[in-house]
Parts: sequence; structure tokens; C-alpha cells
Amino acid sequence: MSAAAIDAEREPEDVERTSYLRAGYSLRSWFFTTDHKRIAILYLFSISFFFAIGGIAAALIRLDLLTPGPDLLSNDGYNRAFSLHGIIMVWFFLIPSIPNTFGNFLIPLMIGARDLAFPRLNLLSWYIYIFAGLLTLLVVLGGGVDTGWTFYTPLTTMYANGMVVMAVVAVFISGFSTILTGLNFIVTIHKLRAPGMTWSRLPLFIWSHYAVSLIFVLATPVLAVTLLLLLAERVFGIGVFDPSLGGDPLLFQHLFWFYSHPAVYIMVLPALGVMSELITSAAHKQIFGYWFVAYASIAIAVIGFLVWGHHMFVSGQSIYASTVFSFLSLAVAVPSAIKVFNWTATLYKGDIDISAPLLFAMGFIVLFVAGGLTGLMLAMLAIDVHVHDTYFVVAHFHYIMVGGTVTAFFGALHYWWPKITGRMYNEMLARIAAITILVGFNLTFFPQYMLGYEGMPRRYHVYPPEFQVLHVLSSAGAGLLAVGYLMPLFYLVWSLFKGARASANPWGATGLEWTTSSPPPKHNFTEQPVVVRGPYHYPLKHPSSRDHA
Amino acid sequence: MPEQRELHEPFHQRERQEEADRLGMLVFIGSEAMLFGGIFAAALALRLLHPHEFTSASAHMKLWHGTANTAVLLTSSLLAAIAVEAARGGRARWAGRALWGAAALGMLFLAIKAHEYWLEWREGVVPGPPNADFGSRFEQLFMNFYFVATGLHALHLTAGLVLLGITALNRRARHDRGAVLIGNVALYWHLVDLVWVFLYPTIYLAGAGR
Repeated sequence: MSAAAIDAEREPEDVERTSYLRAGYSLRSWFFTTDHKRIAILYLFSISFFFAIGGIAAALIRLDLLTPGPDLLSNDGYNRAFSLHGIIMVWFFLIPSIPNTFGNFLIPLMIGARDLAFPRLNLLSWYIYIFAGLLTLLVVLGGGVDTGWTFYTPLTTMYANGMVVMAVVAVFISGFSTILTGLNFIVTIHKLRAPGMTWSRLPLFIWSHYAVSLIFVLATPVLAVTLLLLLAERVFGIGVFDPSLGGDPLLFQHLFWFYSHPAVYIMVLPALGVMSELITSAAHKQIFGYWFVAYASIAIAVIGFLVWGHHMFVSGQSIYASTVFSFLSLAVAVPSAIKVFNWTATLYKGDIDISAPLLFAMGFIVLFVAGGLTGLMLAMLAIDVHVHDTYFVVAHFHYIMVGGTVTAFFGALHYWWPKITGRMYNEMLARIAAITILVGFNLTFFPQYMLGYEGMPRRYHVYPPEFQVLHVLSSAGAGLLAVGYLMPLFYLVWSLFKGARASANPWGATGLEWTTSSPPPKHNFTEQPVVVRGPYHYPLKHPSSRDHA
Repeated sequence: MPEQRELHEPFHQRERQEEADRLGMLVFIGSEAMLFGGIFAAALALRLLHPHEFTSASAHMKLWHGTANTAVLLTSSLLAAIAVEAARGGRARWAGRALWGAAALGMLFLAIKAHEYWLEWREGVVPGPPNADFGSRFEQLFMNFYFVATGLHALHLTAGLVLLGITALNRRARHDRGAVLIGNVALYWHLVDLVWVFLYPTIYLAGAGR
């Protein structure tokens, strides 16, 4: 891709000298930076921190569930542990995970821009996020919240103890961060594409981030107003949900899920974008059905706004509404399936390069399909009545959010690690980690499908002894999963110091981000790149003729 | 010579940057519209659940206060639009005057609203204080909704007033022929107006004539 190629051929010393990582070493140069790449790294550190906190809470839950009785945690302690796990993981890890780290880092690089459209807003977004995150942490550790991450009324407004108000305020504040990021992405993708970067040449990563940004700006404010109504009721006693006045607590659920179901797509759409990059790069092949995959992202975002009622099939809502929501929930599986079929079709007859990112991607496909198919079961009215609020649902959404999003997050971390840091990690350890995560994940969550189908309700602290075998299996899997998640921490940090220097394009990939040096210079490209071809313009060569960079 | 705003970091062309600023504002307004969307969804739910109580509660609202405020805010929005046109035409002084006019009408809106709240306080239909006395349970629910909705709107209006004031004091903004800052602030002010245009029938007109 023309001019930018000069960055790909620069000498290592030159790359080192101009690298964004060397553009300043002071704390100030990091904490007051407006460079999207440095802000991405700030996010990478902070979301990893919150992932660890949420993971510790998960470990406590799994340890407690090793035995049928209440051994490790008190009743209230258990409620607080799963509330902490949910609140931290959803709002402070999963939602910002891929968009705010890899989206932030890659969107300007992929479209040939110098930065996001509003760099200072981007920094502000991180500060809001970190403030809200630390406030939440203070509240959930200091006082405790026992409402679950869903804050249902009237539990939250009338009965819950603990520091509910501050937790809700913190989640409310974090929404501003999300909205600002989405706004920044939308404007950047519209207004800062390099010459020649037409909409049909956008990488699919960009399409899925565009879709997710739409959800960011259109769904998050609905959560904000819902939480405001909640606060007005709990703090000032001016409630619109209050059933004693004729209000409807179910209205809260409608408003909450109007945000929170699209939020599921916030979590998974960026992962789908990562997948399209990982698969095409590993197969060295043009994506199968570019427009289908691109429009599938938009379709998921649009239909995703219309399925929220499937969380309320047993709440007594109208059966006609439930039928429509059931149909729409099945419909949203179509674009998701299109993506999966197109990835497999892309791999078919590809010149496949087995590498750690590909292993993560394959793991993603398996887990996403398993999570997606059980999602179809849950969208059926009759089955949902049977498994509603059981471990079946817990397993389903963990397959999508953890099996899907977190696996894709690790895949992205490995795939773009050379670009971000300029270093290569140990390939063998990375493959072992990918497989450990896949096995550990299935061992943790597959037993939960079985538990749920047999009637184990979610959020319960004690259970009948006949469930113990499956619970022990699940807890053992969680241990293995933790090992898998901790491994990259070691070999990736090791690679920073001892890893081989990465070339500009270690995977032989075609994206614009691979035409600049690894790590990129402060302003991404020395010269304005001009784009002359599509994002997956792979020459399909025989493996033996491929030169590994 | 009309003054130009300087380029900021990622942009190469001024036109691009101005388009981006405007698009950013429009996206933000879309987001804000969804915020109030939640309020209107709540109003719809209350009305569907209690159709008769809703209209009779609405009939107790101070229709003339609401109507006067609608007129005031629409006129204020007109002045904001005039300010944009004046800036584009190079009439910086008129742009400033129109902005101050818009802000003054915004303050008049708040004054009328405050008077309405005060009357409601005297009647004891404000939830909270010991003298509160509602005709029925739903009446209280309606008033709860009314205070949350109009309070949230007043908060946005106050933020808009601050923006109008800052812009009116900004010499460069007044002299900018592209009217970037004035244009964006005016867009926000129109949103404040638009939300009220929907709140007015939802709260005041639902029970008018009963």
C-alpha cells in the first residue's frame, strides 16, 4: 500500500527511535497523553486489573460451591461476591475490553489516520472509566452490594442493604466513558479515513466497531436514565417503579434490558471483528462474502435492540409480546451464523498458517457456536420456562461472553502484540495457553449446562448433594482456566524484555496497520497512506513459496 | 478578515475538522435523545397501565405555565438559529445579541418553571415534605414522574444556558464564518427545545379539556 511502505522497511534503530513507546518516559507523558496508542495501553492495564478482581470473585464463588453447604462464604457474602463479579466483569472488563484497547489502538491505524477524531475526549473517557471503576471497587469491597449486576426493583429500591446508591452512581458514571468512546469511533470512521479508504475497503474489524459504537451511543443513555429513575426512587423517594403507588417494577426490567441486551452485543461484536482479521490472516485468503460479514455486524446491532423482552418470558408479560421477542431472538442468530459460516468458508482451501492467534480463533468458533445454539434454545418460550434463571442460562452467557469475548480478546492480544510492543512472544507457550483456556473453559461451563437443565438455580449458595459432582468438575475447570489466563501474563511480559524483535508484518497480513513499523511511530505513518485495494487482498500462494518474515 | 479556528491534532483540513465537530455533536444529540427516550417510555407505560388516572392527573397540571414555557422556549430556539445565521453572514454583533436573547429566554423558562414548582409546593403535591397530600396513589406516581422528567429537562436546560453564555462571550466564536461553536451550541439548544416540545403534550395536554 504505497507510501506507508517506507515505515515497513525502516531500520530497527530507526524504528526504535521513532516508536510511540519512546516518545516520552515520564508519568506525565503517559497520564496526559492524547496518543490513541498510549491510551489503549492505559486501558489494557486497567481492564486487566479489573479482570483480575472479577476473576478473584469468581474463584471465591467456585470455591464456595465445591460443597453443597455454606462453608466458605456467608449468605450475604456470597450475594456480594457474585454481585461484585457481575458488576466488575460486565461494566469494567467486558464492555470496554476489546473496543477500548484494540479498537482504540487499531482504528486509526487500520483506516490510515493519525489519531482518533477527538484525542482529548479519548483521554477524558479513560479518566471517567478509571474513576468509576475505582469508585465501584471501593463500594463493592468496602460496603458490599447484594443486588446482582441487574439491580432489579423493588429489591434495589426498597430492600437491598449495602451501598447500592454509590454502586449505581459508579455504573452511571462509567456510561459517560462508553458514550464518549462510541462517539469518537463513529466520527473517526466517518471523517478520518485515508484517501482511497472507501467503505468497501474497510477492514471488518472497523465494521464491527462501527456497529458497536452505534450501540454505545444509543443504548447506554437508556441505562443512564434507568439508573437515574432508580436513584430518584431510592434516594428521594420519588419513584415511578414503586408498586405501592401503582408503578410497575417490570418497567425497570424493560428499560434495563433495553440497554443490557444490546450490551451483550457490545461485548461480542468487537470479538467478531477480531475474528475476521485473525481468520483471514491465518488462512492468507480473501474473506468469504465481505459484505455479508460487514452487514451482519450492522444487522446484529439493529436486531439486538429489539430482543430485550426474551429476558422476561416468565415475568408475566403478554404472550404476544413474548412470541414476537422469541421470533426476533431467533432472527438475530441469522447474522451471527452468517459470520461463522463465512469464517469457515474462508478457511476452506486457505493457505493456513497454524499459530497461537488461529488457535484462539478456532476456540472462539467452537465456544461461540455452543453458546449461540443454547441461545436459540433459550429463545424458545417453552424451554425458557424450564431453564429460566438456572445454571443453563449462566453457562449460555458465559460461553458467549467468556468463551467468545475473552477468547477473542486473548487472540487479539497475541495477534497484535508484535504491533503494539514490537516484540514476539514464545509461540509454543502461547499455543499451550490457548489449548489450556479452551479445555479449562469447557470443563468449567459445560457441567453448568447439565446442572441448569437438571434444575440448579443461579445465584444459590447451597444446593442438594446430588449436584456436587458437577459442581466440583466446574470448580476444577475454573482452576485450569485460571492457569490458562495467567500464562500469557508471564510469557508476554517476558517477551517485552527478551522477545525477538518483530518485523513490521510478522504474519504476512494485508491490513494497513501492518504497513507501518512495529511499534508504530508517534503519528502512526510517516507519510499519509493512500489505499489502493481491499483489506484482504491476499495472493493465495503455495505454503512452500511463502516467505516467513 | 473573518477569523478561523485553528486545526487540532489528527486533522489535515479545516473543512474536515468542522464536519467532524458537527458530526460529533449530532451523535451526542442522538445519544441524549435516547436518554429522554427512557423517560417517554416510562410515560407511555404509566399511561397504558392507568389510562384514566393519567389523564385526570394531567388535568391538574398548570396548563398555562406549560404553554407559556413552550412559547418561550420555541422563541429562544429561534434566536439561537438566528445567531447561527448571523455568524455565517459575518454579523458578529448580532450573533452575540441573539445568543444573549436565547439565554435570557432560557432563564425566563426556568423562572416560570420555578414559579410552577412553588405553586405545587404550596398545594402540597410535591413528594417528600410532610405537608404532601395527594388525591390518590396514582396522583403521587404521576407527580413523581413529572418531577423527574421536568427536573432532568431543567438540568439539560441549565447546561445549555452555560454553553450559550460561554459562546456569547467568546469573541472568536462570534466572528467564525463557519459558525462551528455557535452552530453546535445551537444544535444542543434545539435538543433542549425539542425534548420540551414532547414533554409538553405528554404531561400537560394529556388531560387538557377534562
